[in-house]
Amino acid sequence: MSLWASTSQTIGPFFSIGLNRLKQDNLVGEGVSGERVTIAGHMLDGDGKPVPDGLVETWQANAHGKYAHPEDDQDKSLEAGFKGYGRVMTDDQGKFQFTTIKPGQAPAPDGKTQAPHIAVSVFARGLERRLVTRIYFPDEPSNSSDFALNLVESGRRETLIAKKIADKSGALEWNIILQGPGETVFFDCGL
Amino acid sequence: MAKIAGYRRPYVGTQPNHLHPSYVSSLKRAPAKPLIYLPHTLSEVTGPLFGKESVDVKASDLTRQHSGPPLGERIVVSGRVIDEDGRPVRDTLVEIWQANAAGRYLHKRDQHNAPLDPNFTGSGHTLTDSDGRYRFVTIRPGEYPWGNHHNAWRPAHIHFSLFGPAFATRLITQMFFPGDPLIPFDPIFNCTADEKARNRLISLFDWETTIPSQALGYRFDIVLSGREATPMEK
Repeated sequence: MSLWASTSQTIGPFFSIGLNRLKQDNLVGEGVSGERVTIAGHMLDGDGKPVPDGLVETWQANAHGKYAHPEDDQDKSLEAGFKGYGRVMTDDQGKFQFTTIKPGQAPAPDGKTQAPHIAVSVFARGLERRLVTRIYFPDEPSNSSDFALNLVESGRRETLIAKKIADKSGALEWNIILQGPGETVFFDCGL
Repeated sequence: MAKIAGYRRPYVGTQPNHLHPSYVSSLKRAPAKPLIYLPHTLSEVTGPLFGKESVDVKASDLTRQHSGPPLGERIVVSGRVIDEDGRPVRDTLVEIWQANAAGRYLHKRDQHNAPLDPNFTGSGHTLTDSDGRYRFVTIRPGEYPWGNHHNAWRPAHIHFSLFGPAFATRLITQMFFPGDPLIPFDPIFNCTADEKARNRLISLFDWETTIPSQALGYRFDIVLSGREATPMEK
């Protein structure tokens, strides 16, 4: 038996009614170890205009590279206060922001490890399906050998790598450009 | 951990393209560059899980969230969440939101001149049971005008958000009502090429879940991506 997965439809402009309850803009629960970072950015459309009705969901491993999920059978420690899930909405200026810890290295399909990254789902009015992308980290030596980054032409890889904000420790900037010059790399992840 | 069984990719035509010109909001928001195929890794076959601790059991009845009953026609919306192999997706979070009976959302950006209902928020959630079943009591949402084109009206619909077992199974969709004359004209509904896939977004009127003298029943089953049979060697 093989059914078809249900058809995706846009989240529309009014999703906060149903989705604000599980907003999560601080993933650093009690007892969670790791390097704390605050990631902020803007979601912009093809005209460079802010997207005020966007939703950004994130999923990541803890500082040891372990996911809070039963399919992660790595022998690595997992703090009870770490879930790895984030959900933030853009404001009227298209801005979103969340605080988390830099994840560790999770396994790659080739038997190596992946560079630290955060898996991201982007939803908005106008998007009938989510867009899937990733956030990588600046000054991270393992980026150069990361299998997913290496699927991307070199000129576009930088759209996936957050930038340090000069005078603020732990502050990173990462923008979502839906279309046009500087368009963020989006992955085909299935649905 | 070298090999990971990924989740299946959609059949051609069963999911909307990002760019669909008749849905005007997609014009400036759909990516212009092709998506890059990402093999599933541990990052995609894991995902957030929400258990009983994150659920308010009262939240599945949207007609009892205020001091009085909301205006409108009371309905029961229920169904099963299964995967592409027909297996139940257990204990998974289902979040819904909708307009009130007059076609107005409780949202600052909804400027439709229909009245708000002080007894209706339009937000609900629940967990599926061990058989993948879910059930909501709510009111039938109204149709409402929108700015996509001249005299554009959305068919009545309820928004559904599901996680499933993995990042790769995340789904947000909309449920429509059978017999709604606006459905064939709705650019959002029509974004999907395959007619059969599209029509599965229309719920079925259901005597079995209709409560005598109380509420009509509508059935809406949801299918999430299934698992690849064997791990892929990459």
